[in-house]
Amino acid sequence: MSAPVLALRGVSKRFGAVQALTDVELEVHPGEVLALVGDNGAGKSTLVKTIAGVHPIDEGVIEWEGQPVSIQRPHDAQNLGVATVYQDLALCDNLDVVNNLFLGRELKNALALDEVAMEKQARELLSTLSIRIPSVRIPVAALSGGQRQVVAIARSLIGEPKVVILDEPTAALGVEQTAQVLDLVERLRERGLGVILISHNMADVRAVADTVAVLRLGRNNGTFPVRETTQETIIAAITGATDNAVTRRQARVAEADK
Amino acid sequence: MSNDTTGPNTTEPDIAGTETTPPPAVEQAVDPRLLVREEGFKGYLNEFRRKVRGGELGSLPVVIGLVIIWAVFSIKDSGYFAASTATFIAYYGAGLCLLAMGMVFVLLLGEIDLSIGSVSGLSAAIYAVLYIHDGWNPWLALIVTLLCGAAIGAIHGWVFAKIGVPAFVVTLAGFLAWQGLMLWVLGSSGTINLDNKGLMGILTGNSEFLGADISGGYILATVAVVISLLGGLNEQRRRRAAGIPFRPTSELILRTGLLAVVAYVVAYILNTDKGVPNVLVLVLVLLVLADWVLRRTTYGRQVFAVGGSIEASRRAGINVARIRISVYTISGTFAALGGLAIAGTTQSANLSGADPNNLMMAIAAAVIGGTSLFGGRGRVWSALLGVLVIESIQYGLYRLSMGQDAEYMIMGAVLLAAVIVDSLSRRSQKNSGRG
Repeated sequence: MSAPVLALRGVSKRFGAVQALTDVELEVHPGEVLALVGDNGAGKSTLVKTIAGVHPIDEGVIEWEGQPVSIQRPHDAQNLGVATVYQDLALCDNLDVVNNLFLGRELKNALALDEVAMEKQARELLSTLSIRIPSVRIPVAALSGGQRQVVAIARSLIGEPKVVILDEPTAALGVEQTAQVLDLVERLRERGLGVILISHNMADVRAVADTVAVLRLGRNNGTFPVRETTQETIIAAITGATDNAVTRRQARVAEADK
Repeated sequence: MSNDTTGPNTTEPDIAGTETTPPPAVEQAVDPRLLVREEGFKGYLNEFRRKVRGGELGSLPVVIGLVIIWAVFSIKDSGYFAASTATFIAYYGAGLCLLAMGMVFVLLLGEIDLSIGSVSGLSAAIYAVLYIHDGWNPWLALIVTLLCGAAIGAIHGWVFAKIGVPAFVVTLAGFLAWQGLMLWVLGSSGTINLDNKGLMGILTGNSEFLGADISGGYILATVAVVISLLGGLNEQRRRRAAGIPFRPTSELILRTGLLAVVAYVVAYILNTDKGVPNVLVLVLVLLVLADWVLRRTTYGRQVFAVGGSIEASRRAGINVARIRISVYTISGTFAALGGLAIAGTTQSANLSGADPNNLMMAIAAAVIGGTSLFGGRGRVWSALLGVLVIESIQYGLYRLSMGQDAEYMIMGAVLLAAVIVDSLSRRSQKNSGRG
């Protein structure tokens, strides 16, 4: 396999008395969809925020294309080529779709913002991703949850990133919209991007991910190739035991079926 | 201006109503259930109605309110609807309008600046002491005064953004402290008379554009109309070339026509009295400039973004602290300039310079004009509209010899009405899925 585009080596992060991450290792390769799974509070969102520069790491090294880099601010991550789509979307409700897509990366001409160029690019991007929204000039507040999600993902692609982080992209979506987002994830992989996908939904993970990395209580708890791993193994890694609520339930159901 | 309800970005897509067929790839991006504007003028009206119902009121309530106010006072007082009223409003509203413009920047962040009344009084005192007492060059004194206003605003912004003290408290402290400093600067005399040198000559009311020549107002009106029309046509051409929806020519002509009617009528009215006051020209130039900064520059976009969602802005790489400090700096600078204009109306810097009424009226003007108290929605032109409402009422009551008792009660009612409209518009935006 090719060299990782992004690698975390022994990353730790504390918030006051809480040790959110301890010695976490992670590798993302170009054209790979890495699913990051774990229970609530396992540190997935914190890990993503350290990569995105929202929370700088306390210990450890982040390597970008083999070189150690320092990510202190969101801008550092953006400049490297990391784009992040957060669980809470992080769109500005009062701005329209075009302005949200280009927020922080506005196109300018000699005098002012180049609204025409931004609107043109926005329309092209949305149509190549087959994204349907009423108009690129209405406030994001007027869009449905699914529409906001695809706008948020489209936004991450504006800066030509090399790694895209998706935090629970399908959590609030209907069946068809989930399929669209998963299609979108596969399109990102075809473009040769490294994708980090955070999800609670095992069906989504198995559908699109190449590799699954499990976090448990802020530590690594195994990395598995999806195709050669059973769902039970992954769930055992997430919950930390082979005897857990999920397996007990399955056993009960199997018992009842007999 | 009454049908200009499109908010900060008046680039409404017009998907169905264009002569050119957009490329099919673009058309795919449109949801078939979408209500698109029908062709022509009727479609425009329909869309306008839909927007009003959806809560996007824009400046419609204030324009209606203004017409009602003018009508009521004209019925009560036959001498109210006269050219001298316009001159009065232009002179006495200018300072308030400058304060309110600074306030719009702060309100767009969803914050408030309670110090601008005190800062405006202090700046008049600083200017008077530097220029009259210490004999400085008036322009140098002006620049130092504006820099003092900017520095004060920057201090407020820094304490708010970097230390994290709520802006309300920081500027409340400033409200008290700068008033105290003003008293100290003015010293025992309490009043320093000003003359007409430097910028004060423009601000003090007896100075008209082109020396009150009758052509002055019409030249200004023509410049405004021509620039607006050329700007609209240029944008239409660029959007057409880029293959994205553009305003139909009929709409451009309608807009330009409305602007022309307003501009020429105002010019005519002011000409029948004294001419176009220079202070009004200064305010209009600053309004155009501030509007351009807010709507057309990266900085303005960042101000709106921070007002919409702080977290989203931070994640987009916007330096939120920098935006906050700079917005308070702008507010302080406008407060200093507004303070000089207010001092100009009395030709003196005195103890009443820091009148808290100026602060309240500036906030009221911005909100009455349609800038949201909740951040992220509004435009600087709302300062002008709000000041028009406030000064129209004040002058009408003054002519009817009504006391401050009536004035305060009516102002309170108008402000409450404006905030109710703002809150209701937010609610109906939520109901129609916009907020």
